Amino acid sequence: MASVNRRVLPGFSLTLGYTVFYLGLLVLLPIAAVFVKAGSLSLHDFLGAVWTERARAAYLLTFGTSFLAALTNVVLGALIAWVLTRYTFPGKRILDSLVDLPLALPTAVGGLVYASLYVENGWLGRFLVPLGIRGAYTRLGIVLVLVFVGLPFVVRTVQPVLEDLDPEAEEASSSLGATRWQTFAFVILPTLYPALITGFALAFARSIGEYGSVVFISGNMPFKTEIAPILIVARLEEFAYGEATAIAVVLLVISFSMLLVVNLLESWSRRHDR
Amino acid sequence: MAHNPTGGTAGRRTAITALIVGALGLLACGKSRPGGAAQEVELLNVSYDPTRELWRDLNEKFIAAYEKESGTKVTLKQSHGGSSTQARAVIDGLEADVVTLASYLDTDAISKKGLIQPNWIDKLPSRSLPYTSTVIFVVRKGNPKGIKDWPDLIKPGVEVITPNPKTSGNGYLSFFSAWGSVVLRGGSRDDAIKYVTQLYKQVPVLDSGARGATTTFVQKKIGDVHLAWENEAHLEVREAKGELELVYPPISIRAEPHVALVDSNVDRRNTRKAAEAYLRFAYTDEGQEIAAKHFYRPTNEAILKKHAAIFPELRLFAITEIAKDFPDAHKQFIGEGGVFDTIYSPKK
Repeated sequence: MASVNRRVLPGFSLTLGYTVFYLGLLVLLPIAAVFVKAGSLSLHDFLGAVWTERARAAYLLTFGTSFLAALTNVVLGALIAWVLTRYTFPGKRILDSLVDLPLALPTAVGGLVYASLYVENGWLGRFLVPLGIRGAYTRLGIVLVLVFVGLPFVVRTVQPVLEDLDPEAEEASSSLGATRWQTFAFVILPTLYPALITGFALAFARSIGEYGSVVFISGNMPFKTEIAPILIVARLEEFAYGEATAIAVVLLVISFSMLLVVNLLESWSRRHDR
Repeated sequence: MAHNPTGGTAGRRTAITALIVGALGLLACGKSRPGGAAQEVELLNVSYDPTRELWRDLNEKFIAAYEKESGTKVTLKQSHGGSSTQARAVIDGLEADVVTLASYLDTDAISKKGLIQPNWIDKLPSRSLPYTSTVIFVVRKGNPKGIKDWPDLIKPGVEVITPNPKTSGNGYLSFFSAWGSVVLRGGSRDDAIKYVTQLYKQVPVLDSGARGATTTFVQKKIGDVHLAWENEAHLEVREAKGELELVYPPISIRAEPHVALVDSNVDRRNTRKAAEAYLRFAYTDEGQEIAAKHFYRPTNEAILKKHAAIFPELRLFAITEIAKDFPDAHKQFIGEGGVFDTIYSPKK
């Protein structure tokens, strides 16, 4: 035999066909339909729908708050993953499973609860609002809920990497005279970069499309706290399918290019690493 | 297949064939059911959110009445959601026999797709309106800000809760109502623009839908006055146990939740007769009483008068008094580049 089948399991062509078919059916086809629907507009109408001043303000808000939230999640998520992998304490299992809760909770409920916590007479709001910190119906509120919905993505991508970390490398580093900070910065952090970047990308992507929680906490004031998905819903309410999908296309294109950059960054950091 | 021609397999095969034939037969029977001897009809009423209890009561009474009258047993299904979301579902193929949506625009959108005949509005009594409603004010106990009329809403320090007119039917109806309160009392277009601009400056939260606005007002205790549909305002006040009060402004818009048969669906499903009887039932005295019980204004004048205690008289204006028609009002005031868009423009 000229070629030996080196694969552990047979049936590559079958599984590949299955993969391509279902990805196409479940992901590519709907996205293509969005583009086709938006394509029903003339260029002039398309631009008229997607490039108004109000829409630009909404894109900026959506991407800005998503970016801030994903960044916050990288720090918070890494910290939580660290504590969960490095320490033992009572109730650790419970804490560990709490991390996934934002995924299971309908996001609208999350948004509603956050808003009622941070309003002036809410449990947190009654202390924060006198200090000038307004969580409900502000941009801060949007970042807060986006941190909430994005958190599991960072924790769950960083955690396994931390668990696999070789303790001997750390021991070697400290026996060679490195301080704890140096060990963290030059030994641990570099191996975490790819996972952190992936976590960032996932949390970021999740935030861009987030609708349910944000509409409840943002207050939806045009030019101030109105996110792009609200504009899409507004156009749908008017039965303007083409215009609605046109805005969706803009969101898709921007977020796809941002994710592409993040992915390139990730593969660069992986290569850099090895 | 045929390499094991033992009697057992052959017998089993016959059995399977019989089963398949039987199943097909059953299926065929199922398909022909509407025209068959068994007098049974299933209707789907696609409606909007707050009518759930109203139609449940109407359904119950209708089922009994219709079986007695025609011998046909009706099963009724209800579907609820945001009004225009429901309209989109019907356009996209949800097999509604009747639609009972919140706004003319929603029914009209279905009609424009050819599912409902163009002259639908004249096919049922009172322009296809078994009941109407309006927009009124809900205020906190004792009405501390002294809100009685539309101009009171823009007094300094008054916070108004109303949903986003772009995403909510309740929201745009409130907008039209505010607009009409100015222009129908002698104000100019500029006065109206000034009024609504100030009004929306005093809206701290633009919820995306009516339910969100109610939550903001009732649960989170934000705002001094909530612009709500009359029927929902009544429920809101009843549930607040003395914390809230109703205020009737002297003038407001007439909310028109039209009902309509979805012609192409009832014809295909062969349910026209029952569906029409169903909608007409809402106009009977019994149906009108149920509407009143759920705080919808019955279109039957006598029954409306009977319940004058819960339906105080006020000047209810039609959309045609402030615009050509509903689509025109929407385009002028709410649509892209309309009056509402200029309110928030940062260039002001």
